Amino acid sequence: MGTGVGSNRGTGVGLDSEPSLNRSDMRGHFPEKQGLYDPAFEKDSCGVGFVCDMKGRKSHDVISKGLEVLERMGHRGAVGADPRTGDGAGILIQIPHGFFVKRLREQGLSLPDPGEYGAGLIFMPRDPDCRKRCETILQDEILREGQIFLGWRDVPVDESMIGEVAKSKQPVIKQIFIGRGGSCRDQGSFERKLYVIRKVAEKKVSSSDIPGKDFFYITDLSSKKITYKGLLMPEQVPEYFPDLKDEDTVSALALVHSRYSTNTFPTWDLAQPFRYLAHNGEINTLRGNINWFRSGERLLASSLFGNDIAKIKPVIVEGGSDSASIDNVLELLVLGGRSLPHALMMLVPEAWEHNAGMKKEIRDFYAYHACIMEPWDGPAAIAFTDGTDIGALLDRNGLRPARYLITRDDLVVMSSEVGVLDLDPAEIKYSSRLEPGKILFIDTARQRVVSDDEIKNELSAKKPYGEWLNENLVGLEDLPSAVVTSKRTSDVFKMLRCFGYSREDLNAILKPMAEEGKEPVGSMGNDSPHAFLSKRPQLVFDHFKQLFAQVTNPAIDPIREDIVMSMETFAGTGSNILTESPDHCRKLSIPDPILTNSGLDKIKYVNTEGFKTKTVHMFFDPVREGDFVKALERICYEGAYAVEEGYNFLVLSDRGVNSEKAVLPSLLALSALHQHLVSMSIRTQISIIVESAEPREVNHFALLLAYGADAINPYLAYEAIEEMTRSGKLSCGKEKAVENYRKAVGGGILKILSKMGISTLRSYKGAQIFEALGLGKELVDAYFTNTVSRIGGVGLEGIRKDAVLRHEAAFSGFADGGYTALDTGGIYQWKRDGEFHLWNPESIALLQDSVRKGSYDVYKKFAALIDDQSENPTTIRSLFSFVERRSIPIEEVEPVENILRRFATGAMSYGSISRNAHETIAIAMNRIKGKSNTGEGGEDPARFVPLPNGDSRKSAIKQVASGRFGVTANYLINADEIQIKISQGAKPGEGGQLPGHKVSAIIARTRYTTQGVTLISPPPHHDIYSIEDLAQLIFDLKSVNPKARVSVKLVSEVGVGTIAAGVAKGHADMILISGADGGTGASPRTSIRHAGLPWELGLSETHQTLALNNLRDRVKLQTDGQMRTGRDVALAAILGAEEFGFCTAVLITLGCVMLRHCHLNNCSVGVATQDELLEKRFTGRPEYVVNYMNFVAMHLREIMASLGVRKLDDMVGMTDLIGINKGILPEKAENTDLSGILYRPDVTVDFSGSRKTEVENDNRNRLDQEIIRVSEDAIDRGTPVSAQYHIRNYDRAVGARLSGRVCADRGEQGLSEDTIKCRFDGFAGQSFGAFLARGITFELAGMANDYVGKSLSGGKIIIFPGKGATYVPEDNVIIGNTCFYGAVAGEAYIRGRAGERFCVRNSGLYAVVEGVGDHGCEYMTGGRVVVLGKTGRNFAAGMSGGIAYIYDKDHDFSEKCNRSMVEIETLTDEDRNLVSELVGNHHRNTLSKVAERILENFSEEITRFIKVMPIEYKRVLGAKEMEEKMGLGEVSDG
Amino acid sequence: MGDVRGFLKVRRKEAAYRPVCERVKDFEEVAVPTPPKDAEYQASRCMDCGVPFCHWGCPIGNYIPEWNDMMFKQDWENAFKMLASTNNFPEITGRICPAACEQACVLGINDEPVTIRENELSIIEKAFGSGMVKPNIPERRTGKKISIIGSGPAGLACADQLNRAGHSVTVYEKDDRPGGLLRYGIPNFKLDKKILNRRIDLMAAEEVKFISGVEVGKDMTLDDIMRKSDAVCLAPGSGRPRDIDIEGRELEGIHFAMDYLTQGNRIAAGEAIDPREAISAKGKKVVVIGGGDTGSDCVGTANRQNAECVVQIELMPKPGECRSEDHPWPMYPTLLKTSSSHEEGVTRDWSVFTKRFTGSEGKIEKLECARIEFSREGKDKCPVMKEVKNSGFCIDADLVIIAAGFLCPITEKLLSGVRVDLDNRGNIKTDANMMTGAERVFSAGDGRRGQSLVVWAISEGRRCAHSIDKFLMGKSFLPVM
Repeated sequence: MGTGVGSNRGTGVGLDSEPSLNRSDMRGHFPEKQGLYDPAFEKDSCGVGFVCDMKGRKSHDVISKGLEVLERMGHRGAVGADPRTGDGAGILIQIPHGFFVKRLREQGLSLPDPGEYGAGLIFMPRDPDCRKRCETILQDEILREGQIFLGWRDVPVDESMIGEVAKSKQPVIKQIFIGRGGSCRDQGSFERKLYVIRKVAEKKVSSSDIPGKDFFYITDLSSKKITYKGLLMPEQVPEYFPDLKDEDTVSALALVHSRYSTNTFPTWDLAQPFRYLAHNGEINTLRGNINWFRSGERLLASSLFGNDIAKIKPVIVEGGSDSASIDNVLELLVLGGRSLPHALMMLVPEAWEHNAGMKKEIRDFYAYHACIMEPWDGPAAIAFTDGTDIGALLDRNGLRPARYLITRDDLVVMSSEVGVLDLDPAEIKYSSRLEPGKILFIDTARQRVVSDDEIKNELSAKKPYGEWLNENLVGLEDLPSAVVTSKRTSDVFKMLRCFGYSREDLNAILKPMAEEGKEPVGSMGNDSPHAFLSKRPQLVFDHFKQLFAQVTNPAIDPIREDIVMSMETFAGTGSNILTESPDHCRKLSIPDPILTNSGLDKIKYVNTEGFKTKTVHMFFDPVREGDFVKALERICYEGAYAVEEGYNFLVLSDRGVNSEKAVLPSLLALSALHQHLVSMSIRTQISIIVESAEPREVNHFALLLAYGADAINPYLAYEAIEEMTRSGKLSCGKEKAVENYRKAVGGGILKILSKMGISTLRSYKGAQIFEALGLGKELVDAYFTNTVSRIGGVGLEGIRKDAVLRHEAAFSGFADGGYTALDTGGIYQWKRDGEFHLWNPESIALLQDSVRKGSYDVYKKFAALIDDQSENPTTIRSLFSFVERRSIPIEEVEPVENILRRFATGAMSYGSISRNAHETIAIAMNRIKGKSNTGEGGEDPARFVPLPNGDSRKSAIKQVASGRFGVTANYLINADEIQIKISQGAKPGEGGQLPGHKVSAIIARTRYTTQGVTLISPPPHHDIYSIEDLAQLIFDLKSVNPKARVSVKLVSEVGVGTIAAGVAKGHADMILISGADGGTGASPRTSIRHAGLPWELGLSETHQTLALNNLRDRVKLQTDGQMRTGRDVALAAILGAEEFGFCTAVLITLGCVMLRHCHLNNCSVGVATQDELLEKRFTGRPEYVVNYMNFVAMHLREIMASLGVRKLDDMVGMTDLIGINKGILPEKAENTDLSGILYRPDVTVDFSGSRKTEVENDNRNRLDQEIIRVSEDAIDRGTPVSAQYHIRNYDRAVGARLSGRVCADRGEQGLSEDTIKCRFDGFAGQSFGAFLARGITFELAGMANDYVGKSLSGGKIIIFPGKGATYVPEDNVIIGNTCFYGAVAGEAYIRGRAGERFCVRNSGLYAVVEGVGDHGCEYMTGGRVVVLGKTGRNFAAGMSGGIAYIYDKDHDFSEKCNRSMVEIETLTDEDRNLVSELVGNHHRNTLSKVAERILENFSEEITRFIKVMPIEYKRVLGAKEMEEKMGLGEVSDG
Repeated sequence: MGDVRGFLKVRRKEAAYRPVCERVKDFEEVAVPTPPKDAEYQASRCMDCGVPFCHWGCPIGNYIPEWNDMMFKQDWENAFKMLASTNNFPEITGRICPAACEQACVLGINDEPVTIRENELSIIEKAFGSGMVKPNIPERRTGKKISIIGSGPAGLACADQLNRAGHSVTVYEKDDRPGGLLRYGIPNFKLDKKILNRRIDLMAAEEVKFISGVEVGKDMTLDDIMRKSDAVCLAPGSGRPRDIDIEGRELEGIHFAMDYLTQGNRIAAGEAIDPREAISAKGKKVVVIGGGDTGSDCVGTANRQNAECVVQIELMPKPGECRSEDHPWPMYPTLLKTSSSHEEGVTRDWSVFTKRFTGSEGKIEKLECARIEFSREGKDKCPVMKEVKNSGFCIDADLVIIAAGFLCPITEKLLSGVRVDLDNRGNIKTDANMMTGAERVFSAGDGRRGQSLVVWAISEGRRCAHSIDKFLMGKSFLPVM
């Protein structure tokens, strides 16, 4: 048990003298870290909401309504393996004084007046003695702090309905009552004192030896508010706590939260609300935020706290969730004197950096606070309260839904969904949603809602922030230039050699960056050794892998959504965050962290008051062995000394290397210094700038920033570029080349940030969003503290040796200079004298030969080349060997046919590969009853019909990816499996783009878009921002096609196991863990090599985590990513996979020879091209693929026989079949420890009849089933039918199953218009009218939630306010976010406003709406949208097709439009006719007043319309018109 | 990659030969140099493949895509440097290499391969022509002395590499001028000796010392040389020809190809030949036995000597014009090759087995031949040769040239008294680092690996140089490849 490998996260930075409270040490809540499972990776997201009487009237009704809100969001939470154990739920209310008086009187206790005492719910150990000891600690602390201990109350609970898991971890729950002592003058100081008591008691219990102390948890101690929560399901909360049902329990506010954790092991104490907030979301930059906070803790001082400040450190309880951590900081800021909104604006600022529409004062406020604290970055809807005021706030991206209603009797209801209370439309006064970066605030003292504007105006006027900034904040551009004599390196090539630059670095990395200003693109994955296995010297950078967001958190599109991104940093000395002064913003603002030489010199030789710079060199003596580590120590010492000396900037430099002075790897030196200063709590007092020759590619810069650099000057990369311009290698001049290069680096860094869902560099800095692969534990602990490195590996000595080798190569070699002096490289291209590749000329040739000849013998030669990597260890699995076991005759092993069914091919779209190649693969896989995959590009319905010879070109797996191209009800109903692609191996966390010139007529047709128009796949699915969203999408897909299994494709990275657990809880049938090395797709070269991890780790972690959680038998596991031989398959099975995917190998059998040009459309063998001429060169045949698959299966059977295994299922997870072949590890990595991968949890999993949760047959599609029942005739014979239903928020995906049914019978064309007409009233649940097929019309009187009309497939949706509503529709939000995402065809008329991202990726819908939120019509490729009201920011971002018409009454549209791809035009006659028709329809369908007014005075009003026209679309339409005139070919549109 | 669609725009265009009627009259080179502009276009056809099979197929691993790209961009200087970094004598391989690279070219799968060999030649001739090729004398000398025995392509490549590493190199040649097979084995019409002299002069200018006309083992002993050197490299070539030991072999007018070609080259170089030893094809019926490149060179030489007619026979069956299943791409296939010499007039025949030579007055008159066929008995068994019944026929001949390949080096005198072992084929035996049984004595080239291509000899010489350098210095910065 508990092997030594695994992460060291959660071990605390341990810098403070205070005993550190470390929750992950508290065994009993979580299983111990074991194998690859680590509780540190648990993630959650949730439903959050509140009910508040804005007049402050306390009532029991508010609590009942709060509980109802909680219960009605039940589907947003999750249940684990135990159906009656939720992930946690709770409610925060005001102290119910009357109730407490009543109850305590029964115990003979009396309470002082309200506000004069505090109370809190406390989780206690179950053992009475232990409990007593905890109680004593708390009571003692109360007395020590001069307060009055009033008494304990046993909180009655009814545990009869809670699940076994919850029960097994259930604490004893007590309430404590504390009277205000004389030392506290007011309620504020009393609240602070209660906080101090709690913090000290927590620490004391934690450091005590009380058995069962891990049960101890103080939910809160407060004189204003109290929380009831636990490991409960929402509906269990009032049942479990009878207190909440007592009519005397009253409150004016109720904050509720229901948790959905990916978490395998939910715990009582992680239930929310926390003390001040409940959070739906995820803080991506947590590690950085914690480190920065810790780093500044020494400076904390407050007149309010006085000497107590020392007692509360560490403020952040290590090991808590991200939500718990931000609550810790919020609590301190609020108790330290800032108002709640003020503190939250510091922590989660709006996107102010590029917002020209924002008032200057507010921008100043944000800029000032940006000097004090970096954002806690990540998607967040935060509901907060201090027990008096209540509110909610959304992060800058607004990626969590937050709807609110205000009723006529002054109730405010905020929640993730609308319709969580059954309100009569007439009661609704106002309906809206929280917008990105905005605050909803209810001031119960003022008895009203305070608007976002008002609150921000007030706060920003409190101090002269603008003046302070003017006087103190210095821009880098404002610093005087330094006069420095030229210091160009004398021999560039010698330097390049010294820093390990290869010719490839110049040709494949620097050159494209300098010429195009973009990151270079490559294809076909990574088949070269991991850095720790490579025989060639490696840069330290190469040992790190980028982490990325999946499922629990969306990636961002840094190009189309650049309004939220920021690269600006503020460098200089940090200050006490509890106070405000002009000095706090005495900082240097650096707009771009990649410094030019002159920019660096400005800082290096700064001569401005308040700024001082110290330069420290990164040199060591290559001859003296011990000097390497001494040099690191020296740097740390010099850094700390510089802080003491009052320097603000420290330049870590490697300029001046020579034959005697060798250079420390910059990342190692930097991180060592950074971690050292963090550990001394002085890191915030100095900024570190790296002046290094080493960094050249984007990943290097990202790493330096993530490990603490404030800015970087890559002087040698600049010189290399200059050299290339000199020798004519570049097509542009020197200045332009360097500028392009910096631009490419900047763009690349933004991409890396955004793939983790991080928007600002300020947050990314120091956030360590990387996993080390193959770095030794001691090295990581010492210099890259808290970085995950799961298999150990190369230590400091290995790194030193590589550094010395590079130095010798430069200074001892006799190379004549010039390009030939540089190493060949061989990373991106196979080279004989370069890095090893598994796909090399021999292996490619043998594989092709084997399948063409049908020769298993030749295949075995191929397999031997791949499997025996003893000369060139490349993969983790190369280190494995099979143990000796008694073999069985091969006849006893299950037959090839059975095995073939487990094989799939990877998701390669028709578009990325040629039609021939795509169909050949489908035919082959259908022949062997395996599965091929459409990829993201739809599928021509003609392929659904079998060929005369019995072959089928239909792909069994239909992929649903972020662009939703080709996803229609008919497509989905024709699937055996529907695969939700969250990430892909080649570029996890990134979107994609199919340039217009590749979108041929036929591709456009299968994707339901327009020929010649660029197609953009966004980085995230816009309907999956969190785990509960994914569960919703799974639900939607299962609704439309209940027979298909739904799979979710993830990419291996640390924590993927816990994400998979969440996915399993979301009712996926299969989870695919892709290795990051796989992937044929075109992708930035740094992503191919440096993002994500191999499948061995991800698969094993997933299998272990699911098994530990008793979820393993709910899902099947598949893996892929550089799968080639039967041995690969056998090892994958042993590590936990039941199914296997192949990609590159299949293409090679079809003729691919790894040109790696797939992105250039010039594939000379016709595999990855759409060029007609080249496609003809394709010579692949289904037989080849069939042969290959058979060979792999035969090979696998041989291995199974030798291991004595009869059935593949018997092998799954049996890691004792694998031994470790340490002998082939290179010397530098001899301490690699793979036991974590081979760890086998002590859990039995039965694979024979997988326990599946049956969701198909439950009544979740209640409404659809009713509609289908009445529509039988309509579907069979086309007889029109209409029906009327009441709808509630838990009626989700209504219409999906109906549409599936219609397409199953009628195919793509569906029914004729309005055949099935349904009228609904009420609040529709999410995905209302999703996939609605042609001929179905849905009319809703009421409101709808998110995802209305998702992938609308020809149906019609009409929504207007419910009967009796008096609110003005065009001012109120009536439908949620991301409506009509990926709509293909149909009509929609919405009387009222929509949320964010209306019509995102619409390709054919005609819609009318009365207002939209931010990012309207994003990525749209076709269709028409008429907006009769206000739009939010960033309208038309990435819009390449279709047309939008905006009724721009106030002439403020143009500034909200993202014009990078569209033009704003006036309407033509044709446009006028169309608008007239659509507005007419709108009026007829919804009785819209706006429409009526426009129609009444049409000739006047039409002039107020603006036409938003994509530039590319216009060109294509123009060409189409021309062709039509000339009678030429057909162009498809929508 | 010069132009991503270059291979779709430009068709393969090979270098032209001078007209047959003109070229058979002299011993000048047959090929017409490709104009640089054409060469640039041809270079644009290179696809810069992710797995450059050409680079894999080339024994010395030329960085073909890299220099094709530079060449297309007219960066001739760097193209030359890149080429020179892997190939010591591109002007030679550029003329006579059978170009395994082109057989492995990805474009060759379904189109015509890039003209790699000719591109190579264009680069190096451009480099010589515009003065880029200058003597490059090492800045520092190591003080180590190395002797190389044999000045064929292996010996020369080894010398060139070791000289670059700063060692003092002396090359010993038994003939009167250095070059070995390059000088005497390859006819002038394929490789003009001016080209060879240009290279040897350059090496001499770079301080490589050449001692010709000294046969080690005869004029001085290997031991003598070893005493004067820190290391020795034996590169004697594979000098022992395969004979056809049948009845009538002793008849006058039957010669080994190498004797014939050597003489031809001497004559072309203006040397006088003792008429008693002269082998001339003038007015004769010539039969060349052996269908390989050497045989083809003999055909060309005979035609230039105004033979009456030339017949070339080969034991093996006539190869196909397309790849067979046995040699799938990217392997080097056995294909029917028609060289420039063949174009000049020859009757070729295959599957011909010579049973005896007959003649009168001690002079050859006829070859008695028969047809043979090969059968494979069972899978993976060696083909078995069988005479076809009643297939006998005769070929008239005044002159027979035996071009049946080479067996092993001639080492009796060279190695006398030194502990250098031979393998069972008679080749010099070395360890993985190319060191022979004798300490400090290394070996490279055909004498070590057996009869092969010039480009392999260069590869041998380079690898041997790396080994010697590493042996002497502890580590080597010379390329392994």
